[in-house]
Amino acid sequence: MARKKALQSVKGNIQNLHSLPVHYGLFSAVLSFLPGLFFILLWIFFSNQIIDNLTFATLGGEIQNFSDFDRALYLNDVRNLVDGDAISRPLTPVLTNAAAYYAHTQVYIFWIFSLLAITASSLSAFLSLRKITPQLRSRNMLDQLIVISLFSCSTLAVLITVGIVSSLIFETLRFLEHVPITDFLFSLKWSPQTAIRADQVGSSGAFGAIPLFTGTLLITFIALFFAVPIGLLSAIYMTEFASRRARIIFKPLLELLAGIPTVVYGFFAALVVAPVIRSTGNAFGLEIASESALAAGIVMGVMIIPLISSLSDDVISAVPQSLRDASYGVGATKTETIIHIIIPSALPGIVSAFLLAASRAIGETMIVVMAAGMAANLTANPFQAVTTVTVQIVALLTGDQEFDSAKTLSAFALGLALFTITLFLNFIAIKLVRKYQEQYD
Amino acid sequence: MTDMSPNSESDAAHDLAPYQRTAKEIQARLKKRYRKEKIFKAVGLGGLISGLLALAVMVVSIFSTGLSGFQDSKIRLDVFLDPAIIGTAEDATEKGYIDYIHTVNQSALIRNSLMAKFPDVKGRKNVMNLQRLVSSGARDQVMQWLIDHKDTIGQTVSMNLTTSSTIDMYLKGQISGDIRPSMRKISDKQIAWLDQLAQEGRILKGFNWTFFTSGDSREPELAGIWGATAGSFLTLLVTLIIAFPIGVASALYLEEFAPRNRWTDIIEININNLAAVPSIIFGLLGLAIFLNIFNMPRSAPLVGGLTLALMTLPTIIISSRAAIRAVPPSIRDAAIAMGASRIQTQFHHVLPLSMPGIMTGTIIGMAQALGETAPLLMIGMVAFIVDVPKGFLDAATALPVQIFLWADSPERGFMEKTSAAIIVLLMFLVLMNGLAIWMRQKFEKRW
Repeated sequence: MARKKALQSVKGNIQNLHSLPVHYGLFSAVLSFLPGLFFILLWIFFSNQIIDNLTFATLGGEIQNFSDFDRALYLNDVRNLVDGDAISRPLTPVLTNAAAYYAHTQVYIFWIFSLLAITASSLSAFLSLRKITPQLRSRNMLDQLIVISLFSCSTLAVLITVGIVSSLIFETLRFLEHVPITDFLFSLKWSPQTAIRADQVGSSGAFGAIPLFTGTLLITFIALFFAVPIGLLSAIYMTEFASRRARIIFKPLLELLAGIPTVVYGFFAALVVAPVIRSTGNAFGLEIASESALAAGIVMGVMIIPLISSLSDDVISAVPQSLRDASYGVGATKTETIIHIIIPSALPGIVSAFLLAASRAIGETMIVVMAAGMAANLTANPFQAVTTVTVQIVALLTGDQEFDSAKTLSAFALGLALFTITLFLNFIAIKLVRKYQEQYD
Repeated sequence: MTDMSPNSESDAAHDLAPYQRTAKEIQARLKKRYRKEKIFKAVGLGGLISGLLALAVMVVSIFSTGLSGFQDSKIRLDVFLDPAIIGTAEDATEKGYIDYIHTVNQSALIRNSLMAKFPDVKGRKNVMNLQRLVSSGARDQVMQWLIDHKDTIGQTVSMNLTTSSTIDMYLKGQISGDIRPSMRKISDKQIAWLDQLAQEGRILKGFNWTFFTSGDSREPELAGIWGATAGSFLTLLVTLIIAFPIGVASALYLEEFAPRNRWTDIIEININNLAAVPSIIFGLLGLAIFLNIFNMPRSAPLVGGLTLALMTLPTIIISSRAAIRAVPPSIRDAAIAMGASRIQTQFHHVLPLSMPGIMTGTIIGMAQALGETAPLLMIGMVAFIVDVPKGFLDAATALPVQIFLWADSPERGFMEKTSAAIIVLLMFLVLMNGLAIWMRQKFEKRW
């Protein structure tokens, strides 16, 4: 890079250059780097596949007839042998040969690609060097390249969404090949244990998601039941009654709740809240499950208090002072002003806070995984154990299982449902806030 | 509701015109209204206090169960390194010696020493109970000693052996000796032995270094968070390397270069929506894309880091945009007037000036990623892993996942370990958020 720069400076008096020497250097560096990068990426993504196929092609007759699954297992053993790990079948000469070939090809492919990368880079470096003249507008071109790369970075956000939606929809479609959509959406029984062998008993596999949705709704409702009054009241108190100093102390303290990891809430729910609720219930002669929806709901409520209070705080503070002054002017007390003036005018914002909190509670995972149950009960009784969509996703996807079974795929269908619901709630919430903001601007 | 004059609330029975009311009635109404005011204020304060109370109860309960997790108890025992049991290594080389020591029956050394301490213990069952005083990790302690101090074979050395979890719980007072012997894991005889040891001053309580230096274990007394902390660190490093440059670049583009068109709108709406997508969905994405399409290794910090990077990206973009927007246009105008190109303006002036704000947002995003558990469960970072991960492709867990795993363990000894691990995690979070606040205050500039 420095050499290229020097080369340029020699060619012309520095004042004759269109851009700073650095720009010429960077420009050709970037140009020579890109083709190399392209080949390296190719190598990263495809080398394993190429090697696998090559190795497989050299193997003897009977192995060629393997199914895809056995083939993958066999290649896995070859790979393990290369790495010196344990393998799952007796060591045959065929296997050793394959491993030797594999290791050999690995090195070989690596060299081919690095050679390709280096050649491409030097070629393009050479071309770019030849192109460099004092008239070349390298600064502008470099700028253009940078803007393009910035643009592609920002496009990534869209790609993530596309990735989420497409992977969820793709897997859900595969799930729906096994289970009809009406069963999934309307059936009342959830027991995803499918039989691995045809002769197994007791595992029919029922994929009715209704109990999961009702369980999620029950816990969300309990959470909001506790969080909305507490969050809203604290927001009102902090904006309207508290002194400046009290506000400076209390607001961050309440927001500390938002910074606590959810796994901590889950532990708290299972360790402290659930036993307390259980023993209180027993004292009143109530039968309360140790994984009751109530415990999970209350703790989840604590978790979303700061969300509701800070969002409501924002909208209440945004109510123009003139409205308050007008109300005081006609003789209303503070309380009357709050109830009759401030809350009605902040209502859209408060409702959107409520919706965002609901969406957060529906998508929350760790609290319910640790404190709610696994059994899919269809009940509205907060003292019983219910399960939620997120609990089931975690239960279905942790541990070892094959990727193609209806059981595993159903997790993606649940994920899609979850994504759609939360997206819908967020969308309405954002719309509401926008509409509200326009009123006073 | 709209008419706010106090008179509007006059009761129906009172058919006099408002201005004809007596001062007394007005006084009474005023009193009532003020009382309502007081009640409402108290209810508001009550809401705030109950929120703070929940925080306090949570912190107190976790600290009260967790602090004892930082302590461990050891028994000082005179171990006779019996040459008859140890024997001699055939291979005289250093490596041969170490390999040989691994085969030595260290349990027998410990058992004999314990029996020498309590000579009147007879019977197989009693000896077993006696042996259960010390942890299974005591064998490793003896082994390490033999490797380090080859010359002490044949001598009696005083060693501080880790107690087993049940004994540790008893010594910390978490298992009471008062309940019926059949209901507790510790027998009356064990309690008597411990009392004798305590009287001789052979029971030592100290800071639990094991907790900070070892990986996970099935035995609570040997389990530590170092493996999980290293896993978290590697994961966050990947997250930072991916999310920070991409996040800042997108923010820069959206704030400074993006034309006002449909595509830009789509990007902006997308980023706002991504910020509110449940984290478990990102886990599903990681599972479907990184593991199933790209065949990356399960449980690796690399995959965890990539997944968390996608999750923290919106946070970083949003806060970086705010920081870039805060740089006044006069700076840009000045740079452009001096002949700088737009890129030069951005990289030489706007970015350095907005860096404190960007860093603050990034640290907060990293703190979020550090506490995140659900996506990591999806990509298999939830396995039982004893080794400390050394690279980005090794199997690893993260600190919050470790907490989740321990919280699920039935052994009583894991409860205080879980709380202790939570305390460590919270300390990290406090540290990171404190750093963010400090940076904001130190570098905040009012234009």
